[in-house]
This record gives sequence, structure tokens and C-alpha cells, in this order.
Amino acid sequence: MSSDAIVVPNVEFTSRPWVDTLHEWLTTVDHKRLGILYIVYALLFLVVAGVEALVIRIQLMHSHNNFVSPQVFNRLFTMHGTTMVFFMGMPILFGFANYLVPLMIGARDMAFPRLNAFSFWLSVLGGFLFYFSLVGANGLYGAGNAPDVGWWAYAPLTARAFSPGHSTDYWTLALLVSGFGSIGTAINIIATILCMRCPGMKLTRMPLLAWLNLVMAGMVLISVSPLSAAQIMLVIDRYLGGHFFDAQAGGSAVLWMHFFWIFGHPEVYILIIPCFAFMSEIIPVFSRKPIFGYPVMVAATVCIGFVSMSVWAHHMFSVGMNSYANSFFTLTTMAVGVPTGIKIFNWLGTMWGGRIQLKVPMLFCIAFLFQFLIAGLTGVMLGSAAFASQLTLSYFVVAHFHYTLVGGVVVAVFAAIYYWYPKITGRMLNETLGKWHFWLFVIGFHLTFDLMHVPGLLGMPRRIYTYEPGRGWDTLNLLSSVGAFIQAIGILLFVVNLLISYFKGDKAGNDPWDAWTLEWSVSSPPPVYNFASVPVVASRRPLWDLKHPEDPDSRYE
Amino acid sequence: MSAMTTPFPGTWSLPYRGKVAMAGLIIAESAIFTIFVVAYLFYVGKSLSGPTPREVLETPIFFTICLLSSSLTIHFAVKSLERGKQNTFVSLWVVTIILGGLFLFGTGREWHRLIYEHGLTISTNLFGTSYYSLVGLHAFHVTVGLVMMCIVAAFALANRIGADQSRRIDVLAMYWHFVDAVWVVVFTVVYILGR
Amino acid sequence: MQRKQNSIKLSALFVLALLFLFMATAAAAAMADPSTSLTNIFAPQSTSAKSIFDLSLFVLVITGIIFVVVFTLLVYSIVKFRGKAVDAGREPAQVYGSTQIELAWTIIPILIVVVLFLATARVLHAVQDAPQPPGAIEVTAIGHQYWWEFRYPKLGIVTANELHIPVSDPANPTPTFLTLLSADTDHSFWIPELAGKTDLIPNHPNRMWMDPQRTGIFLGQCAQYCGVQHAKMLLRVSVDSPEDFATWVRAQQQLATQDEGVVAGRRIFETTACINCHTLRGTVANGQFGPDLTHLMSRATIASGAAQNTTDNLRIWIQSPDVIKPGSLMPAMKLSTADLDSVVSYMQTLR
Repeated sequence: MSSDAIVVPNVEFTSRPWVDTLHEWLTTVDHKRLGILYIVYALLFLVVAGVEALVIRIQLMHSHNNFVSPQVFNRLFTMHGTTMVFFMGMPILFGFANYLVPLMIGARDMAFPRLNAFSFWLSVLGGFLFYFSLVGANGLYGAGNAPDVGWWAYAPLTARAFSPGHSTDYWTLALLVSGFGSIGTAINIIATILCMRCPGMKLTRMPLLAWLNLVMAGMVLISVSPLSAAQIMLVIDRYLGGHFFDAQAGGSAVLWMHFFWIFGHPEVYILIIPCFAFMSEIIPVFSRKPIFGYPVMVAATVCIGFVSMSVWAHHMFSVGMNSYANSFFTLTTMAVGVPTGIKIFNWLGTMWGGRIQLKVPMLFCIAFLFQFLIAGLTGVMLGSAAFASQLTLSYFVVAHFHYTLVGGVVVAVFAAIYYWYPKITGRMLNETLGKWHFWLFVIGFHLTFDLMHVPGLLGMPRRIYTYEPGRGWDTLNLLSSVGAFIQAIGILLFVVNLLISYFKGDKAGNDPWDAWTLEWSVSSPPPVYNFASVPVVASRRPLWDLKHPEDPDSRYE
Repeated sequence: MSAMTTPFPGTWSLPYRGKVAMAGLIIAESAIFTIFVVAYLFYVGKSLSGPTPREVLETPIFFTICLLSSSLTIHFAVKSLERGKQNTFVSLWVVTIILGGLFLFGTGREWHRLIYEHGLTISTNLFGTSYYSLVGLHAFHVTVGLVMMCIVAAFALANRIGADQSRRIDVLAMYWHFVDAVWVVVFTVVYILGR
Repeated sequence: MQRKQNSIKLSALFVLALLFLFMATAAAAAMADPSTSLTNIFAPQSTSAKSIFDLSLFVLVITGIIFVVVFTLLVYSIVKFRGKAVDAGREPAQVYGSTQIELAWTIIPILIVVVLFLATARVLHAVQDAPQPPGAIEVTAIGHQYWWEFRYPKLGIVTANELHIPVSDPANPTPTFLTLLSADTDHSFWIPELAGKTDLIPNHPNRMWMDPQRTGIFLGQCAQYCGVQHAKMLLRVSVDSPEDFATWVRAQQQLATQDEGVVAGRRIFETTACINCHTLRGTVANGQFGPDLTHLMSRATIASGAAQNTTDNLRIWIQSPDVIKPGSLMPAMKLSTADLDSVVSYMQTLR
């Protein structure tokens, strides 16, 4: 019976010294432990970068505020953006992939457990380096501390001439190191999914989470590498006298932009596709129906993966490309909205005719659908190059991408945590605290980011440490800042919930949600070897087949 | 739950994870090289000063032949190992290392000539920057490959490599073929198109 | 109990919807009132800004319809297909998909994409590829950290931060065509009511045009993060009647005023580091690093809009620029009080 742990009778368990436990965790190569380490690491940075955001919002509460100096503000928005993307978003999604993929495909671990650990510690080194900049190195003008060049680090602002200290170098090195970690994890995910599936799990029977992580990992390979290449070029410029982005020698600032966004755009799809995976696993369970249109969902994701590699210059609509290039990128940007929209419709189709249970994971999923719809539509507006010439580089864009990243990614991560926390820890998260978290966060989110679109429409550019009165931006900014604090309270409740439930939550059992994928067939938490005997599957929902032997999925696929 | 462990009818075979992982690494490295190639091509003819490719580059035909033949020798080395012919494997493997080493020597010699006879360095002009970066990145990958191959050679000479390890050695051979393929592209871009 | 929970949830949903509606209304009100903003992209005052505005309305209507349709379906499905306690243990019909529905909601979005693309391409071409008519004013804008240099090559004028251009009569258009260059990092020229923004990138000249349809002051600022004082790289465009513009041009073409009463101040200016950065046409000062000060007093603001052009602000700016714009590249001149008074008096004669 593969769901039962191997029981060892008559063994005494004495408590171990905490150093031993610490050592075990620091040297683990078990995918579940590494998954937890990634997730905890990312949640820590969520709080750090969240505090950075709160300081930014305080500074922007009214015009001509001087809560922080311009130098500090510029470091804050650089650190906030870089941390959220590279040290919160990527690690938390890699953490979930690490934890869930082997369990969902019936494997005992990832294909390369030691590479897994190595990649994780590379990411940690990257995060550590990035924040070490706060205390390390002093270049000219005391400018040598935290990165302050924006998370895109545009040339030639990053040249030695304009950034004489080490702020750019910390940005470059931290991301180069964690970038290699990401590539390692991506290779591991692909090898695991292609080579370690349990018997019977053909690619067309894999859970969508596995499929979408496969696409995401492929995209990491192709798009993180251009960033690494561009960063190597930047180091060559700054330290070996190179001229890649040196305008005085004929170099091109626009070339950096192309290289960065060839990474940067697929990166945001890398962040959202695992969140689509969470939706595709959670919505069916709480609608009590299989995902609507499994093959179309796979095809749409693969399509997004490819098309998203061709849209990058919509981040450069103000740069002065000719009208043919701008039109091309308008077309591809709008086109990538089609498979994305199809996915939203398919989730809707899953809920349609179901028996929806509004438990906390499902509440976050519904918020995701609503918010990602809006985010996609403002994305269509930004994709129209002519309209974008007004909207780009303004707070409209800031509102749009926070809608996708906070209203999309963060909310989906919350859904995933509420859904899989019972599996990971063996305890249920508190439902009441969860609902408070949900409502406070969603209300705060909308207060902040719905209103934030308007200053953009009223001409407020990005990355300004203060602004002029009389432009109509003051009240809107104040309300946005208030919303930020409401979100912070929501997150505080979430952290409290995580901690309290770990010790006092209801015992979860194997399958608290009555779900259908393989991870719910083992104990909570799973034994270190995952499955006592390797499972054999005959359909996309092996546990449905077991629970409904009179009407198994295998009959319909 | 026992229904979930009934044996799978037929055989269930999946690709070898070493090969899949190496394929993934090759894809990622190809993306890095593509960016350097794009930068090189973009900057062709745009240097504001200094020596041009036409003035200073000499086509390294001999060393290219060395590198490309090393792909042949490594291929046959792996084939011999699969058939259990240890000695042939070791000889072909060592020849591969020598050919790769020759290529590196040739690169080094060319760079010496460019720097000391023509004054072309990475900071001279756009051509210098993009040339040394691209060729240097490739040479770095050759070096890493040679180091790995020397480690394998050491194990082989200690009689630790048999037909059982042929899959792993094949993975390293994949990497080496990739390095050669990249050279074909770099050679075309730098010595043919770029002039 | 279940019914009470349902009604709490429904009312929570209702409250959220109300909140959203309120915010949308507040936002719309904020935007509709022109007196609250001089930088509203929905208050276009030029042909290019207007064509972008018309396109944006079209895009907003289409996306608005999509939103209403999908949102309604979403809310309906949550309300209609809520699991009730009485159904516990029974699963609904397990539907796996439907090819027809998938085709429908693939084809319709593709059509929408094509329509939006074509509408956009038309406006792009009209705005970006517009030919330059013979009556156009030519301006070269050079972005600096953290100020704007404006040159009128055909008129022999060099000024900074405040742009004067003539209003453009549709019957006889006199648009302003700008060539955009940069002396250091990337910048972006954005006057929302007159045109979409275009970047100023070193070694990458760009071109844009504006044909303002009414006179007045138009505001904007740098939109591309360019360094520590990016936020205070403000823009002020004065759209003048043809007569006023001609008057302004003639005044700008004059050399720097040689007022005898401020000879002391002028001497200090010409013998300290001021002339290393600033140009005063007709004097020995021909520095290129900082703004041209020949007609400083013709501007309403100093430090690229960071402060009003008053005596006090001039004093502070020369003596400790970090008080007004910390991190700007203007050095603190550390003059004695007497010298500072002289120099400021001299500056104030430069009309």
C-alpha cells in the first residue's frame, strides 16, 4: 500500500541536540527540505522587501515629502524590485516546484539532489551578497553601498563614469550568482520531469503543475542566460575597459535594453506560469470537477512560452524604434494575451457547473482570476505602442505590474500555501485567520493599486523620490500608501497563522481537501522516501480513480 | 491503494537523466553564446578607431581542424568504451585532449600576436571588446572541457572506467561536441562574416 | 447557520464591489477635472496627443467590454455554483472540456487582437512617420543630469529647461520638431498633453514633434530614471502666439546684457569656476557642462523647475545647491556674502 509509511516497531525516539537538526537541514539534499528552505528564504525576503515598499509609500504620501533622502529612495526602489523578483518570486516558485514535482509524478526525489542543494545555496549566496552591499564597500561619494540603478540597471547609468562606487557591482554579482542557481534548478526540473515519472505517467497524464513547471524551466534556460551574458559584458565594461555599452566609443545603450528585456519579459512569465499551475491544481479541487480542457491548457502554456520570447521590446516603446518595429511588438504583445485569456476562460469553465467550496485557498484563487483579468487588460493597453507612449514609464505601468505580481503571483502563492501547508507540515492553517488575511490583503491591494493607475494617467513618472503639488497626484498617493499598510497587516496575520498553526493547527491527515493527485496519497508530512512502493497510474487523476472505481478517469482520456 | 501499484503493462523506459541535463545545459549555454554573437555582429564596422578585423585577423585553419577532429576522436573514443575496448578508448581520449590543447595554444598564440604586434586589446575599440569576449568565452568553455577530460583520463589510467561508465562519458562527449559546434559558429561570424 | 454565513459572504462581496465602484468613480472624477492636473494624458492639446487619446478610448471600450463580460461570468459562476451543504459527498458532472467552446474563445480574442493591432499601427505610422512641413520650428533637446538643454539651430538660440514654441494653426501648421540627444545617461521627454514620451539616449538620436493647438504653459518632466535627481528634472513648455514667439526669439538672440551697475558681480563670475560650466553669450564664459545663462531671468524657474526664479532661491542655489536639489552636479560655490550678493545682482540683469 503505497500511501502507508513503512512502520518500524519498538524504536525509542530520544530528542536530538538542535545542532544535529541544524546540520541536517544545512546539508540536506532531500527535495522536500530544500523546497521548505526555498519557501522560508523567500518569505523572509517578502517581509524585507515589503518593509522597503512601506518606506517608499511613506515618502510618496504627499508632495515634497522628505522622509528619506533621494539617495536612499533610489536604493529603496532598486532593492525592493530586485529582491521581490529574484529573492522572493523565483525562490518561492522554485521551492514549490522542488517540493511538489517529484511527489506529483511519483518519484522519490529530483533527478540531481546534490545539484538541487548546490543551486539553492547559490541563490542564498546571491541574496546575501545583495544585502551585504548595505554594509560593505565604500566607493567615491560614499556611493558604494546598496544598488541604486533600478532593477533593470540601464546603461550608461551603470558605467563607471556615472556609478563610480560598487552599487552596480553588487547588483551584477548577486544576480549572476543566483542566476546560475536558477539555471541549475531549471535543468534539474526538466531532467526530473522527463526522466523520473512513475510507470504509466505519460506526459499526457502528468498533473498540469508538472507541465507548467516544465515550460517554466525551459524558459529559465533560454532567458536567464541572456541576463548573465549581459552582466558579464557589464563587468567587462566596468573592469576591463570594454565598450559594450560605452556611448563614447560607439557602444549602444539600447543594446543593453534589448539584452535585459529579452530576459526581463520572459522572466515575468517565468514568475506567473507556476502560479497558473497552482490555479490549475486548486480550482478543480474546490470546484469538484477536473480541469476544463487539459490539452488546451498545455498547448496554451507552451504557446505562451514561445510567444513571450518575442514581445520584449514592448518595454522599449519610448526608445525610438521605427514604426514597423513598434507595430511588430504591438502585434506579438497582443497575441500573447490570447493563450493567457484562454487559460482564464478554462478556469472559469472548470468552476462552471461545479460545487464550489469557498475555503481560503479558493478565495485566493478567485481573487487571482479577477485581478489577473484586470492586469491582462491593462497589459493590452500597454501593448498598444501608441497608447503606451503615454502610459510607459509612468505609474500606470507600476500599477499594472504590481497587479500581475502582487494581485497575481503573491495571491497565487498564498493560495498554494494554504492548500499545501497541510501536506508539508501535517497541520491545517486556521481558516478564520486565513479569511481575515484574505479580506485585509485584498482590500488593501485594491486601495493601493486600483488608484495607482490614475497618477500615471495624470502624468506621474516612475522612480521619482518626490513630486510637485498641484498635479492631482497627492490624494491618490496618500490613499495608495494607506492601502499598503492594510496589506501589511494582512501579511502580519498570515505570518502569525503560519507560526501558530504549526504548533496548534488541526491535524491534516493524508488528504484534507479530498484531492486527486499523487501527493495526497502519502502521509502529511510525507515520509522522506515519498512512496513506500513506486505508484503506477492510469489517468490524470489517480486518486479519483481509486475513490470512484465505478467511473474512473481512465475511461475518458 | 493497492490498485495504484499493480504492475505497468509493458516496458516503461524514460530518457537517461544525464543526457537530458546536459541538453538543458547546452540550451542555456547556447543562449549565452547567442547574446555574445549578436553583440559581435551588431558592432561589426562600428568601431570608431583602431585596428579592423580585416587588418589584423588571420584565419586559424589549422587549429580549427584540430578542434573539429577532436570531435571525431572523442566520438570514436566513446564508441570504443561502449564496446569495452579500454585501450582504444584511452588512446583516442588522450588524442582528443591533445587536439583540444593545441587549439587553446593556437588561440593563445593569436592573442599574443594581436596584443603585441597590433595593439589590439579588449579596451581598444568595439572590435577588440566583442572579439576577445566572444573568443574568450569559447576558450573558457574549451578549458573547462579539457579539465573534465583530464580528470576522466586520470580515472581511466587508474583503470576505473569501464563500459558501465560509457553513458556518463557520453554526456561529457556531448558537451565537447557542443563546444566544437559553437566554434563553427564563432569562426563563421568572426573570420568570415565579420571581415 | 449556513444561510447566515452565506449572507455574510454575499454582503462582503457587495462591500468590495461598492468599494471598487467608489474608487473607480473617484479616479474618474480626479481625471475629468482639468484644474486638478496640467499633465493629464486625457486632456490632449496637440494632434499627436489627440490621436493617441482617440485610440486609447477605443482600446478602453474594447477592454471594458471584455472586463464586464468575464467579470459577470465569474461572479455568476461563484454565486450559482456554490456548493451547498446538502450536496456534500456527491460530485457534480465531471466535464473534461469542449472543443467548440475552446474554438469560440480562441477565435474571438484573435479577432480582437487583429483589430487592436490595426488601429494601433495606423496611429503609430501617423505619429512617428509624420513628414516635417516647411513652417516647422526645429529644436535640438539635449538631456543632461539633471537639466534640459534646448538649441534652436536655425535661429541661433541656446537656452535651458524652459521651452518656448509657437502655437500651431491647423490651416498653416507650425509644429515643433525636436531632435533628442543626451550628454550622459538616458532621459525621457514627456509633456503629457502635447505628445507621447520619447527617450533621449546617448549615441542614439531620436526625433519627435508637437503641434500645440492652444497657447499656455504645459508641464512635464523626465520620465526615464537618470540618476539621483531624476525627480527634479522638470519641463516647462510655453506655447506662445506667433507674435509673442517672435518677440521671445528676438530677445533670446541678443547677447548677454552688459549692465554697468553690476560690473563687480560680472568680474567675480568671470574669474571663478562659473565660466567652466556656463555660457554667457558675448562674454568670455563659454562652458558647456551647465545651462546657458545668457537670458536666465527670462525663465520662471531655476534648477530645471526645482525652484522659482527668485532672489532668495538664486542665492541658495549658487551657495548650496544641495538645499534645493541634493545630488545635483552644480557645486557649492562657497562665495563670501558680499561676492554672492554681487553675483546674484549680476545674474538678475541677464534678461
